[in-house]
Amino acid sequence: MTAPMPVIIGVTLAVLLGLATFLTWFERRLLGLWQDRYGPNRVGPGGILQAVADGIKILFKQDWIPPFADRGVFVLAPAIGMMTVLLSFGVVPVTAFWSIAGNLNVGLLFVLAMMGMGVYGVVLAGWASNSKYALLGGMRAAAQMISYEVFMGLSVLGVVMQTGSFTMRDIVLAQSGLWFIVPQVLGCVVFTLAGVAETHRLPFDLPEGENELGAGFHTEYSGMKFGMFFLAEYAGVVLISALLVTLYLGGWQGPLLPPALWFGLKTGALVCLFILLRAALPRPRYDQLMALGWKILLPLSLLNIAATGAILLLHAPG
Amino acid sequence: MSDLPFILFSLVAACAALMVVTRAVPVHALLYLVVLLLSLAGVFQALGAPFAAMLEIIIYAGAVMVLFVFVVMMLNLGRTDRDRERHWMAPGIWIGPAILSCLLLAALCITLRAMPPTAAPDTLVSIGPQAVGIMLYGPYVLSVELASFLLLAGLVSAFHIGRNIRGTGAATGEA
Amino acid sequence: MFGILRTLWLTFLHMGHRRVTVGYPEHKPPLPPRYRGRIILSRDPDGMERCVACNLCAVACPVDCISLQKAEQDGRWYPDYFRINFSRCIFCGMCEEACPTYAIQLIPDFEMSEYLRPNLVYEKEDLLISGTGKYPDYSFFRVAGVKIPGKDKGEAEREAPPVDIHTLLP
Repeated sequence: MTAPMPVIIGVTLAVLLGLATFLTWFERRLLGLWQDRYGPNRVGPGGILQAVADGIKILFKQDWIPPFADRGVFVLAPAIGMMTVLLSFGVVPVTAFWSIAGNLNVGLLFVLAMMGMGVYGVVLAGWASNSKYALLGGMRAAAQMISYEVFMGLSVLGVVMQTGSFTMRDIVLAQSGLWFIVPQVLGCVVFTLAGVAETHRLPFDLPEGENELGAGFHTEYSGMKFGMFFLAEYAGVVLISALLVTLYLGGWQGPLLPPALWFGLKTGALVCLFILLRAALPRPRYDQLMALGWKILLPLSLLNIAATGAILLLHAPG
Repeated sequence: MSDLPFILFSLVAACAALMVVTRAVPVHALLYLVVLLLSLAGVFQALGAPFAAMLEIIIYAGAVMVLFVFVVMMLNLGRTDRDRERHWMAPGIWIGPAILSCLLLAALCITLRAMPPTAAPDTLVSIGPQAVGIMLYGPYVLSVELASFLLLAGLVSAFHIGRNIRGTGAATGEA
Repeated sequence: MFGILRTLWLTFLHMGHRRVTVGYPEHKPPLPPRYRGRIILSRDPDGMERCVACNLCAVACPVDCISLQKAEQDGRWYPDYFRINFSRCIFCGMCEEACPTYAIQLIPDFEMSEYLRPNLVYEKEDLLISGTGKYPDYSFFRVAGVKIPGKDKGEAEREAPPVDIHTLLP
């Protein structure tokens, strides 16, 4: 049943990067649909080859490093951003038999660690660009992502308490009866919001903030280095969706259909939800974002932990 | 050959530590410090403590170092600071402490060699998060409580510093 | 909180709405007749040029893209040349408003892309159309008191014959 590890890694990488590329088109089409217009619909059937066209274009663009930038860090930053997202996927169990390291006994912590490292990609990009807009974007990113990583970590603790394990596969298996979204609905909401903030997607894309910061931390980036940030963002969306599925929506479990398909369907639906968030909601002010985090999400997630602990203790055998 | 990962991680850590001290640009030094912390996490993992390794990454490499980078970014260090840093790198300044530290290292090696070898387990036992948790809230519960007191004190002082002194101006929401 | 959810739901419902944009080259968008597009010079119902080369359009033009020279034939004024540089034109319609003879008109056509910029300079041959444009019945020389071949003074519409200053009768 289990495929050899190189095959799993290769297929996962290929699917993930392909999906991220495809999402750049899919998101624009979906946004168009929800905003009463067409998206890109010219290249290929329904415009599906738009992603390929964009890829070719971005590869042939001049890859310009500003003379005032810090060269080494400037080149390193997008790679960090991409790498951390891809590494996080290592612990996501797609099915019971298909995952790179779904059995890792600190799987969930590994994801949080990689999210924490992902901050560097953005912050260093902002610093290395050596321009005001990029620096402002980087600073916003640092504060936003660190704050929301706190709530993300706290919100998943409810799941960990119910499962009694950090292993992703155990977490999925523990949901065979009831998906964790029912008992952990608070945690799920907090995790979703933190996930949006962590991938700095709209409506929480303050590090980019087009109308105030130009393009924020990647103002100075061009060519494939910009493309890397772009793809990392979409891969991040897929990652957060996959994590939500794994942690709260029962992972690969579901009736009738094969497990991998269930996982894909749930993840796809959540990706659409992320895009819907972007289509519908305006961007909050920066202090509103921070206030939402520290004044609402933090108490909520702490409450969630306390309530989960109390209920677990009440129902504890003996 | 189970020592190989440990040795590799330690080598990386040592090299990174050397680079941290010798960099003139603060952010570069911080980056090497992050690499150092990551390799330390690797050392923990190689020693069979994955939980500690992950916490090392999340807390030190992920949170504390980002704050360091944040502060350095705000300081707006320029060429003058870089030159001053280079000046501090002159051999006359660091050679004395370095020789003394080498002597200390040699003394440490000799002392460790003189100690009777403890019976190390042949196979590496990996300590999972569950075991760590049980230990923390079993024998070490007092230190956990003390640490939480410390954190509470930190929280209160942060609140005190960040409070709105004159009652004017909107709350910024910054923590 | 509820407002945000409602926003999400309403946006989701937009999936079933009709799209307000059209796929342009295949589906031409419906343009209203008073759309300000390409500029033309029209003729009066007799087939003569309406433009009397008064230069008001050139004066009114905020970007100075109109240039013309007056010529005269049998009492009728007409432009010797009439040149519009469409690479400067901003399609504001001021020339149309300034024109006393309804000669210059903006029509609902905007497809005038060129690869070479000099090609956007339109001469009189390019601008002049054979029809009357938006005002089919109007003819300036039929209402103006100017004497032209086939119409003497006082013969225009709603115009009294000129006063004969040599007669003493009241």
